[in-house]
Amino acid sequence: MTFAVELAWWQQTGIRAVVGLLAVLLPAGTLVYLFLFKMMSFMQSRLGPMEAGPYGSLQLLAEVGKFLQKEDIIPRKADRIVFKAAPFVVLISTFLLVLVIPAGPDAWFIDVDTGIFLALAVSSISVIGILMAGWASSSKYSLMGGLRAAGQLVAYELPLVLAVMGVVIQAGTLNVQDIVMAQATGEIFGWGGIGNPFIFTQFLGFAIFLVAVQAELTQPPFDMPVAESEIVTGYLTEYTGLRFLLFFIGEFATAGIFSALAATLFLGGWYVPGIDPTNDLFNVLGPAILLGKVVLVAFLIFWFRFTYPRFREDQLQQLAWKVLIPLSLANIVVTGILKVVF
Amino acid sequence: MNVLAALGDLDRLTSGEVLVAQNVAFAVMALTMVAAALRMVTTRNVVHAALYLVVVLAGAAGHFVLLGAEFVGVTQVMVYIGAIVVLFLFGIMLTKGSFGEDDGVTSEKRLMAGLVGLLVFGVMTAALVDSFEDAEVARAAPSTTAEVSDSLFSTYIVPFEAVSVLLLAALIGAIVVARKD
Repeated sequence: MTFAVELAWWQQTGIRAVVGLLAVLLPAGTLVYLFLFKMMSFMQSRLGPMEAGPYGSLQLLAEVGKFLQKEDIIPRKADRIVFKAAPFVVLISTFLLVLVIPAGPDAWFIDVDTGIFLALAVSSISVIGILMAGWASSSKYSLMGGLRAAGQLVAYELPLVLAVMGVVIQAGTLNVQDIVMAQATGEIFGWGGIGNPFIFTQFLGFAIFLVAVQAELTQPPFDMPVAESEIVTGYLTEYTGLRFLLFFIGEFATAGIFSALAATLFLGGWYVPGIDPTNDLFNVLGPAILLGKVVLVAFLIFWFRFTYPRFREDQLQQLAWKVLIPLSLANIVVTGILKVVF
Repeated sequence: MNVLAALGDLDRLTSGEVLVAQNVAFAVMALTMVAAALRMVTTRNVVHAALYLVVVLAGAAGHFVLLGAEFVGVTQVMVYIGAIVVLFLFGIMLTKGSFGEDDGVTSEKRLMAGLVGLLVFGVMTAALVDSFEDAEVARAAPSTTAEVSDSLFSTYIVPFEAVSVLLLAALIGAIVVARKD
């Protein structure tokens, strides 16, 4: 980053840590209020929270306050240390994920060569946290939920990774910043007016990515792991108070970050047409542009969430293994051939 | 060691010729890994053993990053932590009846396991000492992902394809073994 004053390494790192915390929590709060509280209510012909703050905008703070006051109950037969650590393992994965997303030509946390590969790798750590939660609760509903979650997450991680492959082949790099640049400087049949957002050429990849993200978040219609009519709330059953809140934050923060990843990979990230992508202006505008695209993608995710009924376990596995994975493999083959031809 | 040599060593340590931060990071991670590895083989709880294994594997990934092999480090996280340990945990939770400690796990095969561990340690140590002797780790620039892929898909293309076919064969074999009809 270029500042008027040169900051020491620890100062830069401190700033990045604080900004990273905000980058995880702010979109998460926005998504919960906009979609979970308001959009769902409007779709169901009701008003949603209206009392706390104007149009219920402070409802989220009230909810956090409520959870913080509750007792932290640990079941007597639970494995105490693993039980306590599980929500933090899930959160670690979320916080590592946000690191790879750039918000401007110089506004990044880490500019690594492996970029998107690193993101997909750390996103799989959360499975361990969920399995820990399911097992350590020593309750049959938790264990069932944990197992269902692990089976689902492992199955849907494959289409998630394979869908990204198309973008990587087209951009010719794993580095997320370079992927944004490839879209900003790309041309559609020689016309460079809006760059070349990969959603046009990789629409199949985008669709598969969104479905896989939905399943990774264990949101409806892929909410077998927390199916309340069968196994209470799955691996969350025994959690109360702060630790439940951490899982809740983890889920919605991850929703925001996956939306940001989708926006970065397929919609051009922090770039909007009309301004030169190396312009310093993007360091200021970039975060806002990215947030706008995040809200757009998250709208789709939550729209599906509120619309479709739950999949049965076998339908869910069949969709992953028999539909999404073959489709994404075909997408990779076609993209590879076209890349060589053109 | 006389005083002058010791002073010379101190000089080397502070001159930037040796990366102090890297060495400290190495020590922290290595100690954590050794402690976790010891707990992994001594704990009576199979799930705890798998979780200690996660710590050991994460440490190994950290070491790869320290050595500038970023791609290998990330692959370590993706394959071992994200897939293999998850399958371990999945298997344990599907098959194990009880939640708590399990006494009969390690008792019988302890001697053989110790022997094998000792042998592996001896062979690895001999091989490493023999091939590197007292050479210092080169402080070249970190290997980029592009370099890795270039060498993988040009110099090592035949072994790479052979390994892919081998894995496919193993996959099909597993399906054949698991099928009931």
